[in-house]
Amino acid sequence: MFSFRKSALAIVAAASVGGLIAAAPAQAQTLKVVMHSDVKILDPIWTTAYIQRNHGYMVWDTLFAMDEKFDVKPQMVEKYDVSADKLTWTFTLRDGLEWHDGKPVTAEDCVASIKRWAARDSMGQKMMASAEGLEVVDAKTFKLKMKEPYGLVLQSLGKPSSNVPFMMPKKTAETDPMQQIKLEDVIGSGPFVFKGDEWKPGEKIVYVKNTKYKPRSEPANGLAGGKVVKVDRVEWIAMPDIQTQVGALQNGEIDMIESPGHDLLPLLAKDKNIKLVSFNPTGNQYTFRFNSTAKPFDNAKIRHAVFVAFAQEDFLKATIGDPQWFKVCKAPFVCGTPLATDAGMADVLNGNAAKAKQLLTEAGYDGTPIVLMHSTDLQVLTNLAPVAKAQLERAGFKVDMVSMDWQTLVARRVKKDPPNAGGWHAFLTSWVAADILNPVMAGFFNASCDKAMFGWPCDATIEKFRDQFAKETDPAKQKQIVEDLQKYWVNHPTHINVGQWYAPLARRANIDGNLTAPVPVFWNVTKK
Amino acid sequence: MLDFIARRLIAIIPVLGVVAVFVFLMLRLTPGDPAAVIAGDNATSDQIADIRNKLGLDEPIWTQFAIWIGNVLQGNFGESFFFKKTVAELIAQRVEPTLALAICTLVFAVSISVPIGVMAAYRQGSLIDKAVMGFSVLGFSVPGFVIGYCLIYVFAIELGWLPVQGYVRIGVNFWQFAERMVLPSLTLSVGFVALISRITRASVLEVLNEDYIRTARAKGLSNRVVLMRHALRNAAVPILTVIGLGIAILIGGAVVTESVFGLPGLGRLTVEAVLSRDFPTIQTVILLFSVVYVVINLLIDISYTLFDPRIRY
Repeated sequence: MFSFRKSALAIVAAASVGGLIAAAPAQAQTLKVVMHSDVKILDPIWTTAYIQRNHGYMVWDTLFAMDEKFDVKPQMVEKYDVSADKLTWTFTLRDGLEWHDGKPVTAEDCVASIKRWAARDSMGQKMMASAEGLEVVDAKTFKLKMKEPYGLVLQSLGKPSSNVPFMMPKKTAETDPMQQIKLEDVIGSGPFVFKGDEWKPGEKIVYVKNTKYKPRSEPANGLAGGKVVKVDRVEWIAMPDIQTQVGALQNGEIDMIESPGHDLLPLLAKDKNIKLVSFNPTGNQYTFRFNSTAKPFDNAKIRHAVFVAFAQEDFLKATIGDPQWFKVCKAPFVCGTPLATDAGMADVLNGNAAKAKQLLTEAGYDGTPIVLMHSTDLQVLTNLAPVAKAQLERAGFKVDMVSMDWQTLVARRVKKDPPNAGGWHAFLTSWVAADILNPVMAGFFNASCDKAMFGWPCDATIEKFRDQFAKETDPAKQKQIVEDLQKYWVNHPTHINVGQWYAPLARRANIDGNLTAPVPVFWNVTKK
Repeated sequence: MLDFIARRLIAIIPVLGVVAVFVFLMLRLTPGDPAAVIAGDNATSDQIADIRNKLGLDEPIWTQFAIWIGNVLQGNFGESFFFKKTVAELIAQRVEPTLALAICTLVFAVSISVPIGVMAAYRQGSLIDKAVMGFSVLGFSVPGFVIGYCLIYVFAIELGWLPVQGYVRIGVNFWQFAERMVLPSLTLSVGFVALISRITRASVLEVLNEDYIRTARAKGLSNRVVLMRHALRNAAVPILTVIGLGIAILIGGAVVTESVFGLPGLGRLTVEAVLSRDFPTIQTVILLFSVVYVVINLLIDISYTLFDPRIRY
């Protein structure tokens, strides 16, 4: 049988024998990976999308980073201290930090980077609202002065997920936070160098090892520790079709798929050349979001009735299927994390339709149909809305489920129009656990009315708890605040957590070293 | 002839004008907000509003149209909302895979479909005829992505002869380019072969009953000469027309085929742009497709004169 590959090899072999091809240098170790999406935007501060966050971890470094146990550890920072009155934080950078263009990383760069990040990130905004200002002391040292003690300084600067406070050169960090940085400004001090000349949107993005990078001496641990790069080059190949991704992995054309899709996992599990690796043990959380401004969800008791009516397992079975990849977990701050607690949750998420009906009657539900937005094009979300519809109807709600693609939903969820005139009552989405580790970080707990995320809950008590949590510096007291908040929130929900799920990556058997972290990172990864 | 070409080229202008207005309005009137897509899941309403303002999406729709069309007339197709690149740059990067796929598909399809269509006509009612017609029905009925997955399974995964996906530029490595073009071109060819072979059969059948064919046979010409020189040439006009119309099928098919085989071409750019509501990119790509479609049909019209001397413009 004719084979192009064999013919090509034959020609190359013949040419080699004839001395036509000079001896090539040893082939660079290249890791070919298909990520969950193509990188279209290069600025991880301009958008909160996860693919840009992952791109950010390749190119830029962070002052602090979170380890496997959710402890924040210094990364670019050599040492830091806080004054006795807890108002002045002093940070000193490590020696030898260098941008990819060879210039040294300075305290000025870091101050400008924190300012730009804080202009976009909700946790950064909260921290800077309590801050008096940032001050450069010398080339390697800067201070953060607070107006009042603030308990989340390290958690904010070591925030693991979007938006991550990546450190950028001052010139880049001075870009208007509402504008993207330029292609030529994708210069970091991180473990990989972005190859702008090889970036072909829709085809691939290329990173090469930063040979000048000086990793920390500690072993890699989560996102913290030494970022030792063990391959020469990483290519993220854009391949939208999951079936094609799996075929390419089986054929050895690529080394790894970040997110292979749950329905294809049994096929991959059978292949002895492929391993499934659960790199993110806390996984993700499905969430039902209320529009708290629209009747009847402006009534807390009716929102609570939904909490009582829902049962997580139905959602998880319908979307994920295999119990190996999901977990029933009532804790809104994610099971397996320091602030996980079931406080106040005993009577909710048990699928108690009778109790929910009774609550609806007491609350005076008038039969207004619930406009439930149903996204149909993202496999991990598609089956959630039909389950929610069934559980709501069992509890006595009338439901108008409106199907649409995810981008239409994204556009519609920011509209405050009445639900029957282009607005909405509810939709379901998913959060990476690393985004919702505490009530300040978790965007859906923000209940500051118009300043809150879509759904716009307006609840002074929740805001009071969030402020207390942010200002509290004692972790034990922080946990107590979370428990109190949770007991209140169950009766005044802004959203409902409907289950925890996990997505393993699939890699060829010759690939190893993926770190346990909330973000897929490529230092420490080896290819034999 | 030159007068005809000039008139046809001038006629492109209103066509493109209508396409421009239609695409612009369709995008603005269908649901979807690029600013919300760009901002990401964690964004607040204020952040989304800021981005909308920066992109000029908060301007009245007619102002947006006037700005866009004004820029297009000056050769400026704008900058993608997502990629920090101009749309012209993006298209330039993506045009080669689509062009290669289209050319390979056309070559595959025409070189297979015309001979089998002629054979089916010549052997009307025979097993060959029935097989060609059966294949034709199958080719119309089976979706392209199903054919693509079947070819991938057999030739890439089971036999390991060809790669599953990807594209290597022709200038980088010809063999790698060729082996990556085989499966996508075959996939896209199937529907095309079905269409052209059916029309070829019908056109040739019609011509075979003409007096001049009988005369040619009476002169003692061989079957091959009768078929190729007399029958096929006279049947060529409808076949060329179908090939021209098929360009539209090819453009639509490229969208699916490029996604299945991971080809970074214009088809996939269109899908990505539509899914992310990248208005400047969608508008320009649709305009480009319209120009290509109109120009190819003009070339087809001109080529009629090569096959039928009675046609004069």
